[in-house]
Amino acid sequence: MICFAEPDPAVLARKREIVRALHALAPRVEIIADDVRLAAYETDALTAYRRRPLAVALPESTAQVAALLAFAHREGIKVVPRGAGTSLSGGAIPAADAIVVGLGKFNRILEVDLANRCVVAQSGVPNLALTHAVADRGFYYAPDPSSQIACTIGGNVAENSGGVHCLKYGLTTHNVLGAELVLPDGTLVRLGGKHLDSGHYDLLGLLTGSEGLLGILTEVTVRILRRPPSARALLIGFRSTESAGACVAAIIACGIVPAGMEMMDRPAIHAAEAFVHAGYPLEAQALLIVELDGPSAEVDALIERVHELARAHDASSCQASTSEAERLRFWAGRKAAFPAVGRLSPDYYCMDGTIPRRELPRVLGAIEALSERFGLKVANVFHAGDGNLHPLILYDANRPGELERAEAFGAEILKLCVDAGGVLTGEHGVGLEKRDLMSYQFSATDLEVQRRIKHAFDPGERFNPGKVFPLLHRCAEEGRVHVHSGAERFADLPRF
Amino acid sequence: MPQPRDEADLAEAIASARGALEPIGGGSKRGIGRPVRAEPLDLSALAGIVAYEPEELVLTARAATPLAEVAQLLGDHSQRLVFEPPDLGPLLGASAAPTLGGVLAANSSGSRRLSGGAARDHFLGFRAVSGRGERFQAGGRVVKNVTGYDLPKLLAGSWGTLAVLTEVTVRVHPAPEHERTLLVPAETAAAAVSLMSAALACACEVSCAAFVPASGVALRLEGFEVSVAARARALVEALGCAREHRWLLDADSREMWAVIGGAKALARHRIVWRVSVPPSAAPALIERLAPQDYLIDWGGGLVWLGASVLDAAVVRGALASGHATLVKAPEPVRASTAVFPPLPAGLAAVTARLKEAFDPRERLNPGRMS
Repeated sequence: MICFAEPDPAVLARKREIVRALHALAPRVEIIADDVRLAAYETDALTAYRRRPLAVALPESTAQVAALLAFAHREGIKVVPRGAGTSLSGGAIPAADAIVVGLGKFNRILEVDLANRCVVAQSGVPNLALTHAVADRGFYYAPDPSSQIACTIGGNVAENSGGVHCLKYGLTTHNVLGAELVLPDGTLVRLGGKHLDSGHYDLLGLLTGSEGLLGILTEVTVRILRRPPSARALLIGFRSTESAGACVAAIIACGIVPAGMEMMDRPAIHAAEAFVHAGYPLEAQALLIVELDGPSAEVDALIERVHELARAHDASSCQASTSEAERLRFWAGRKAAFPAVGRLSPDYYCMDGTIPRRELPRVLGAIEALSERFGLKVANVFHAGDGNLHPLILYDANRPGELERAEAFGAEILKLCVDAGGVLTGEHGVGLEKRDLMSYQFSATDLEVQRRIKHAFDPGERFNPGKVFPLLHRCAEEGRVHVHSGAERFADLPRF
Repeated sequence: MPQPRDEADLAEAIASARGALEPIGGGSKRGIGRPVRAEPLDLSALAGIVAYEPEELVLTARAATPLAEVAQLLGDHSQRLVFEPPDLGPLLGASAAPTLGGVLAANSSGSRRLSGGAARDHFLGFRAVSGRGERFQAGGRVVKNVTGYDLPKLLAGSWGTLAVLTEVTVRVHPAPEHERTLLVPAETAAAAVSLMSAALACACEVSCAAFVPASGVALRLEGFEVSVAARARALVEALGCAREHRWLLDADSREMWAVIGGAKALARHRIVWRVSVPPSAAPALIERLAPQDYLIDWGGGLVWLGASVLDAAVVRGALASGHATLVKAPEPVRASTAVFPPLPAGLAAVTARLKEAFDPRERLNPGRMS
């Protein structure tokens, strides 16, 4: 159970005065302060927790953001930045004594610069819109988090988002060239630009993945890549996760870097097949999807090579896509894995640890043992190329105590990842969700070093309070409400 | 001179230091930056590979492990550091051997930075001692990790001013089966950048693109033989190379890029600037500065300038965006010049607070990055 920090009663008592002052800001900013409209901002994709903020501000210019933050700085009021609200770790969940700054109006692509192979966009532009802006010229923006039709580029930078193709093309941090940032005291700074690397400390690198704790992004410059001429996928079934894992290691050992390499365990295979009928082998204990992209001569040759490796690793089945439709069909089940698992159970809880790949069979075995201990089923999907594991814990929030058990199970899985030489979170962020586990991975000194960095930007700890760092203050009553099947936000988005 | 034997020793040396220290791995880049008045801190004992698992694509080593040792080990397993750290020895006139920690602390990347990312992009985790004398760790030993702030990014390129790295973990990559480089003549910087831009806009996966005025535009292709052959044909076609062109294969190609990455052609110059710009801005910069010698890398994004005299105000005055670092100059020049790019007020304030967070007593390389 995650607890919220006790809100500052003095700030709560001043709500009317604060809202009045927000309305009076110059330049004028759209402010939401009525309960009905505030309800839309209570949570993100970690829907088990919610908090109604003091107010929501919807600026549309950098000058407005600067004015808002200068005001909050002067008045000592907390601020929670928000993009599309798709965080799975509660990164955008408000605090009762905070102003949410929503970047939804920062929705313009400012420049497509093909000569410098980059796009300049406001921070609220959805990830996929970047690719749409350059697709007709044969380019694309590589990081592809599963919520890419909704999640914003500003949110991607804040969370250092990944995606199934990050094995070959990198995470957000490898694809961002520049940013415009308003610091917690309202100062505007520019980091990077259309050039590479920083001439001084790499503040852009530090900002990427800082989970909204260091400021508010208003503009981002990303690099774009030429779309590879062809892509094909292999669908490989195995009799055991050990042989699937060994095959992954063999693919990497022979120098192949697939565009994507995804594994699913038996429960995930069955759930996906029942949902989308992708033709997955139901007898397999583990399924591997390997995608190769590049010039067709290369792709065809490597498909053959991976096929041979699959045979050498005792694959029970192996199909190579021969058309774009078939490639997409192979992916359909994987991309629908989360909603497919959602059909098996009223609720599920998605975990996100990373482990060294070789530890996979052992960690899966331990998760199975935990599943029995907690009396909750689990299905596993795995970014096999980079060791990022997404166990989906099935539970029913209507049964008393089951959410708590699911959370306890999840925490055990993440500790298992750390014990195996891995980390708490590979791509979803620490947020509210994994905050209290940070001291499992880091020593008190490690965390103190990180907290000092926070203070260099935000000495008052007003920005995105209660996230990432273990809570030092007294807890308020737990802030959870039950969200039941069908009530999941963005339930129609594929998640993987 | 303190010579710590291990991390605990180092922490003690920093905590008990009465004055400033200059952390030195191999010492190959000591000539870069503002001259520091500090006692040398010899880290050479913190060397050796800690863990290397080729199948996990990660390597952990103590910070002062010689880069050559790392390269040798990776090469034995057909792997490499994809950011291709350059050997700046010939340029700087330094004979000391670079270390892995030094490469990361300087965020030193070669020509493949264009397509494969910089040193900072492959720096996964570390152990270090801060200027406060605290031992801490950050990042991890896995590629995909968003747990806490990305401190490897902050430490990469901090030139030993925040903390002293003791152990580092980097991502490694498979070495390509084959490589070749296309050489095409170009008369001017503008023609060269436009040619490189065309090459990078086609789907040939050009991994490096540079212009060496004496030899022309160089475009590098790497990968499986069958793929490189197909891309080589497509590249020549896409560029309409009716003009004369020639290919350098494997060892010749590698040798050429080692020379370009280390800017060896500029070694005879007294003053050398390294300038990062938007690629399309490179020709105008060169035209305006008219340096005695120059070299363009990263498809236009990196300009090396060589001259006997080239003032900071002139170089930085010609920059609309990007940044310029004075990589090579006699000590008196470096003492009176902002070697690293001066920062606008807002960024300077954050930077000073970060320095204070790690090193409030100014023990580590004070002033080196000014």
